[in-house]
Amino acid sequence: MLGLNKQDTTLFLIVVALTALAPFILNPFPTESAMAQFNAGYPDLMQRFVIFGIFAIGFNILFGLTGYLSFGHAAFLGVGSYAAVWMFKLFSYNVFPAIFLSVVIAGLFSLLIGYISLRRSGIYFSILTLAFAQMSFALAYSVLSNPKFNLTNGETGLQVYTDDLQMFHGDHLPDLPHIFGLLTMRDNFVLTVGGWDFNFNVGYYFCALIMLLAFYFSVRIFRSPFGTMLRAVKSNQTRMYYTGLNARPYTLAAFVISGMYAGLAGGLMAAVDPLAGAERMQWTASGEVVLMTILGGAGTLIGPILGAGFIKYFENIFSKINDTVLHSWFSFLPDGMEDFMVAIVHPFIGKGWHLTLGLLFMMVVIFLPGGLVEGGQRIMRLFRGKKAAKEADEATQSTPAE
Amino acid sequence: MDAFLIQILNGLDKGSAYALIALGLTLIFGTLGVVNFAHGALFMIGAFCAVTLQRIFKLSFVTEDPTQQDFLGNPLKVETPYVMDWFGPEVGAGIIEWSVPLAILFCIPVMIGVGFAMERGLIKHFYKRPHADQILVTFGLAIVLQEIIKYFFGANPIPTPAPASLNGVVNLGAIIGMDIVYPLWRVIYFCFSALIIGGIFAFLQFTTFGMVVRAGMADRETVGLLGINIDRKFTIMFGIAAAVAGLAGVMYTPINPPNYHMGMDFLVLSFVVVVVGGMGSLPGAVLAGFLLGILESFASTTWATTTIPGINQVIIYLVAIIVLLTRPRGLLGRKGVMED
Amino acid sequence: MGILEVKNVNKRFGGLQALGDVNLSVAENTVHAIIGPNGAGKSTLLNVLVGKLVPDTGSVLFDGQSVLGRKPYEINQMGISRVFQTPEIFGDLSVIENMMIPIFAKRDGAFRMHAFENADNEKGIIEQAEQMLESLNLADQRNMHSAAMSRGNKRRLEIGMCLAQEPRLLLLDEPTAGMARADTNNTIDLLKQISDERDITIAIIEHDMHVVFSLAERITVLAQGTPLVEDTPDNIKGHPKVREAYLGESA
Repeated sequence: MLGLNKQDTTLFLIVVALTALAPFILNPFPTESAMAQFNAGYPDLMQRFVIFGIFAIGFNILFGLTGYLSFGHAAFLGVGSYAAVWMFKLFSYNVFPAIFLSVVIAGLFSLLIGYISLRRSGIYFSILTLAFAQMSFALAYSVLSNPKFNLTNGETGLQVYTDDLQMFHGDHLPDLPHIFGLLTMRDNFVLTVGGWDFNFNVGYYFCALIMLLAFYFSVRIFRSPFGTMLRAVKSNQTRMYYTGLNARPYTLAAFVISGMYAGLAGGLMAAVDPLAGAERMQWTASGEVVLMTILGGAGTLIGPILGAGFIKYFENIFSKINDTVLHSWFSFLPDGMEDFMVAIVHPFIGKGWHLTLGLLFMMVVIFLPGGLVEGGQRIMRLFRGKKAAKEADEATQSTPAE
Repeated sequence: MDAFLIQILNGLDKGSAYALIALGLTLIFGTLGVVNFAHGALFMIGAFCAVTLQRIFKLSFVTEDPTQQDFLGNPLKVETPYVMDWFGPEVGAGIIEWSVPLAILFCIPVMIGVGFAMERGLIKHFYKRPHADQILVTFGLAIVLQEIIKYFFGANPIPTPAPASLNGVVNLGAIIGMDIVYPLWRVIYFCFSALIIGGIFAFLQFTTFGMVVRAGMADRETVGLLGINIDRKFTIMFGIAAAVAGLAGVMYTPINPPNYHMGMDFLVLSFVVVVVGGMGSLPGAVLAGFLLGILESFASTTWATTTIPGINQVIIYLVAIIVLLTRPRGLLGRKGVMED
Repeated sequence: MGILEVKNVNKRFGGLQALGDVNLSVAENTVHAIIGPNGAGKSTLLNVLVGKLVPDTGSVLFDGQSVLGRKPYEINQMGISRVFQTPEIFGDLSVIENMMIPIFAKRDGAFRMHAFENADNEKGIIEQAEQMLESLNLADQRNMHSAAMSRGNKRRLEIGMCLAQEPRLLLLDEPTAGMARADTNNTIDLLKQISDERDITIAIIEHDMHVVFSLAERITVLAQGTPLVEDTPDNIKGHPKVREAYLGESA
């Protein structure tokens, strides 16, 4: 279907189903129940799932295929956000032109940075991208926000004010990002079934649709001769050059594509919440997408989406678990044991989420380089037994992405 | 002229921190071939050694003073630090006040221990893995370490002042007949860094151990073939590098109250310093550390920031990018080392 | 006029004269071996030919065109392929993908953005790659991870990848170094077959005299960066200068 082989079509349809049904899947607990705080089916979080999914899918095209580890992709995301908000400020709240501009600007910006950074490889490349990202952050945070020339509005963040130009804005149009005036990004329909409230949010479905498109393109890239070339870059650049291939335009193309994905994600962030701040560009934000991609499984198709979802879900859920919740979980234990368990788990929950994430990430890098996807495959193999495992092994080797 | 010298001095203390961290990074990269993203975290842990020692000294017991009353009319509870009780109030107070300099002694064994644990427990397994994996796993470790510190010490900066007698200003210009008033502690910081840097170089230059390490940095395989157990020596070098970063952190606490993310803040800049100096070149790391520190300080002058707003924020990165593109091996890097 | 003409090439590394006035002419459709003791400058010469090193002086003409100053991939596109001492293949890719890449490079040039075509739909390319594997007796390893192949098979694959580009000159850098005798003989047979069946010139750098004398039609002896003699294998065998160069080195 759509130029995908059978296996990829199945995968794609699963992703379509999951994103379409997310309001149900992420909302398993009735609103009034004690477990409702673990529901993730509210618009804000669902939007973040898919937006960061796009970001990670794009990053995976660079890192997963070519092996070039960029620590500066947040810069493109930030640039995308700024471009979108400027579009809102100057023209109108329509999201289409805004997102279009985000992608274009991020693409140009990544072309510039990629052209320079890719003259080096290995750790030099990582450090160059890091330096560029920190420079962009500094530029956005202070340099480009002075009274003479205020492009980013510094610490406050760029936002739309009532006295902005908004050339094509009319009274009949809503005062927030919208799709041709028909729907606004905040339109939300709540379906109440029994004790459950399911949110159907325009912003979410808009982003989800774009994520599916982004995912589809990434599958096509993975399966294309271009994708094979990118994996060849990762595998052996010497052989590549002595096979008459110039690796640099290939890596640059991958870099720009992933930069455009980041810009798209940034544009969508601005579309669901018309605000752009410099902190989105900080190198630790770039680190986050690295975490997502590797945790999910770098070089696999579905990995980055899983990683993004996993991190964003648990970031949200872990911060809600407090000692009271823990005590209720361990209440079946004798008192002393209960307190002991709570004391042990305490550092890892609530504000300790980053500690858990850091440990988890180290575990993955050390023991499970293929991330969650590889973990899943290993478990599957355990169930299927040894013979099947061998076949699966060969299958994954010839088609390393699932 | 005075202003010019002041700018150089201003650059020196930050430059000292850059130089010390970059020196450690280079030692680790040169000897072990590992790109250590957790090195900033070692700097931070050093700083928190000072905080910890200060807290230990301030450990108190509570007595009730019947002669005084608090506002509720109860006998006033008085906290007396143990050190005051043991050594008498004056000596005790002195110990508490001098906790930062004393932390130097406390920090060295702690940091060497941390360094050994890190190398033996984790880094060792990554020698043969790609640089990207090394970056990733040490990046993960850096997150873990900073979150542990955050868990125990909270998210806010913790003031850790220098002893009052070292806290004042000193007129450095008096000797040459100029008026250059400068915080004393920063002068101490610079001298201390110079001492450590000198010590490391002397150690590498004049001891057999150092000679082997230098030979190993130049050509690891050959030294291995000579039957010298280079791995153990490299582990020790990792400990030393960790201690250097830790000491830089301890001494930096009075300049900037330590917080849990100071390591990450310094890490990026230190990498830039290493790259500008030349990957694997120790003199390069030191030179670039001071140069960039001074450059940053000049870029922060009113004149510079009014000419090009925000130049102080980006100057180091600009320099790094230009250096990497025009002279990839860095200022003092050897030809052929990591040039691609 | 040979297909490859090396004239007065000099290359110094600091105080070391790696190549001194090297003149070499490789005739089309022959197998030409370059031998010499360690440090004779064989590898330096090879690196000059493929564009990895630029000589200080002299010229290198391939089919009448200078290769100097061109990048390795450009030289490859001119028709020179290189086989490395340790097989350089795409270890993370499957065997068939390894074989497809040079065919893509042949068809599309140094770079083409074919991101929305499906690699599985490139029937022509796949067919060619499969034929190549068939002729190398590697068809049964088609879907294997190429890093998992045996050393001998990696060598075959690498040679096959070079041939898939239909080069006019194939450069081999000690292709049997570190191989077991059986693998060495297989490689010799393969190279013989290639030179018999194809319009191809082969230049080979080799230590193993068994390999050299089984294959070469012309031999150049290099010593201390300078060609000593160039002759047919039979004449080289008893040549006093050659004996001297080798024995002098080993004594």
